[in-house]
Amino acid sequence: MKNKLLAGPYIAWMAIFTVVPLAMVAYFAFTTPDGDFTLSNFANASEYLPIFLRSIWYALAACVICLIVGYPVAYVIAHSGANVQRVLYLLVTLPMCMSFLLRTLALVALVRDTGIINSFLGLFGIGPLPLIRSSGSVIMGMVYNYLPYMIMPLYTVIVKLDPRLIEAAQDLGCDSVQCFRRVILPLSVPGIVSGITMVFVPAVSTFYISQKLGSTENMMVGDIIERQFKGVANQNLGAAMSLILMLLVFISIGLMNRFTDDDEEVATI
Amino acid sequence: MKKVVSVMLVLALAVGMFALSGCGEEKTKLFVYNWGVNIADGTDDYIDVIELFMEEYPDIEVVYDTYDTNEALYTRLAGGGVHYDVIIPSDYMIARMIREDMLSPLNFDNIPNYELVDETFKNQPYDPDNEYTVPYTWGTVGVIYNTKYVDEADIGGWDLLWNEKYAGKIIMIDNSRDAFAIAEARLGYSLNTEDPDELRAAADLLAEQVPVLQSYAMDGMYDLMENEEAWIAPYYAGDAMMMIDENPDLAFYLPEEETFNVFIDAMCIPANAEHKEEAELFINFLTSPEISGGNMDYIGYGTPVSAAKEFMDPEMANNPVAYPDEETLARGESFIALSDEGTRLMEDLFNEVKAGLGS
Repeated sequence: MKNKLLAGPYIAWMAIFTVVPLAMVAYFAFTTPDGDFTLSNFANASEYLPIFLRSIWYALAACVICLIVGYPVAYVIAHSGANVQRVLYLLVTLPMCMSFLLRTLALVALVRDTGIINSFLGLFGIGPLPLIRSSGSVIMGMVYNYLPYMIMPLYTVIVKLDPRLIEAAQDLGCDSVQCFRRVILPLSVPGIVSGITMVFVPAVSTFYISQKLGSTENMMVGDIIERQFKGVANQNLGAAMSLILMLLVFISIGLMNRFTDDDEEVATI
Repeated sequence: MKKVVSVMLVLALAVGMFALSGCGEEKTKLFVYNWGVNIADGTDDYIDVIELFMEEYPDIEVVYDTYDTNEALYTRLAGGGVHYDVIIPSDYMIARMIREDMLSPLNFDNIPNYELVDETFKNQPYDPDNEYTVPYTWGTVGVIYNTKYVDEADIGGWDLLWNEKYAGKIIMIDNSRDAFAIAEARLGYSLNTEDPDELRAAADLLAEQVPVLQSYAMDGMYDLMENEEAWIAPYYAGDAMMMIDENPDLAFYLPEEETFNVFIDAMCIPANAEHKEEAELFINFLTSPEISGGNMDYIGYGTPVSAAKEFMDPEMANNPVAYPDEETLARGESFIALSDEGTRLMEDLFNEVKAGLGS
């Protein structure tokens, strides 16, 4: 009973700021502007299927790059001395102390045609390289913004790996590649899964990054939803699209969790 | 002795605090909601309109806030939960707001300067009986371009905004009404068409433009145009003048043959305003020739009060961008409010265009 009381404030908080807004989103998604029940919002939202697919594709690409770049970083940090570890960990989290809007704007100032990099290259007659307004620059922006979310869970898992297991593998004749592939990697799967989730979820619903770093042909679902609410006041369509996006996110989290369960079994066998 | 001094200090402090807090309580807060970059605010040695108003009326404190598009203003007010005392929408949006009972009729006894407003700007279709509005500025929508990069042979029409030669360097205006007006002008339609086929044809033309665009922008284009990240953009004449001030390589033109939008932005009081009388004082103050002149010097739009030109920099008062000649103006067309269905169709089509779905 006491424990339940302690959770009270959180439950109240969730009810007011999560459940109620969610119910409002659902209400708007299933009604016309006049408040009548309709499914047409979903029919209209389905016209934006190419944009949904594009958002998923960008988010997956960003996840894979974050994983490839982030894993070695997390591994190196986890295997450094205690003091170095603390400094490196701080450096990874440092960019998060700044608003992501500012970081994205700073990236724009770096890579745009009249930006810092192209102005510098221009001094040597190189130039302007097309560094901005492509799908590549949008994915780069997402990797840049979300990389810490990949490194941190990986680091937390890798740092807790039992060194005796690795020693045992070596004693039993694994070379370093086998040791990594058959012992370290399977054991870090929980970190990989939570890293992918933490990058994929914000990346697939991101907005602003694509507006600033992408061209008119790189819009993402988040941008479209933002516009429904801010500019043109078609809240009903925006709400339907938000619901679909939420569903997509839940499905992908579900799929990802399935991976962990399976792999944990493999790991324990 | 010490005691006396400290008692006096405490008293002085108390009196001071009392006076200060009293002062704070008396001030009426007047909430003003205006377009971004649309009032002289004291930069570059121009007048600071709001500061001057607060000096004239020390009991009123102006709380100033800005929006980017008429649609954003409408969404904010229609959403409820906000109170503004003075807003400055454009003609077609005023008509829509009057239709939806969102504006409150003005008491012109408090706005004696209304007498000075030119007759041309009275009895406008958006407010035929002059009940709700006092004109603030008027202006046109044309093309800003960078003379360093854009060939003079290519300018002169709206088609410059579709020119593949400048792909990636063109910005499109980011609100449905202005964007559709440009496509409609190219197709030779009325800027107030509600015909679904004509709107779809305009959307197709806008969709054709997407591949050559760098982005859609409103006031965000200041930075892009001034720093030459983009070379071509359609925008409001007054803002064009401000950009040209910053980067003299920029220039502005109105299409030589096609039509373009001529607009009036007018001051109104929302129906739920809390300080109507103070709002009327503010509107009256902005309409006085001296303030209007100084204000227009900075924002670069046309003043609806001819007497204000006496107080303006003569160069600005005779500038063809702010005051095009009669012959040019005759090609202009002003917006009237579309029906709700027309507005919705246009918004939906514009969204699809911007999402790259064509139509």
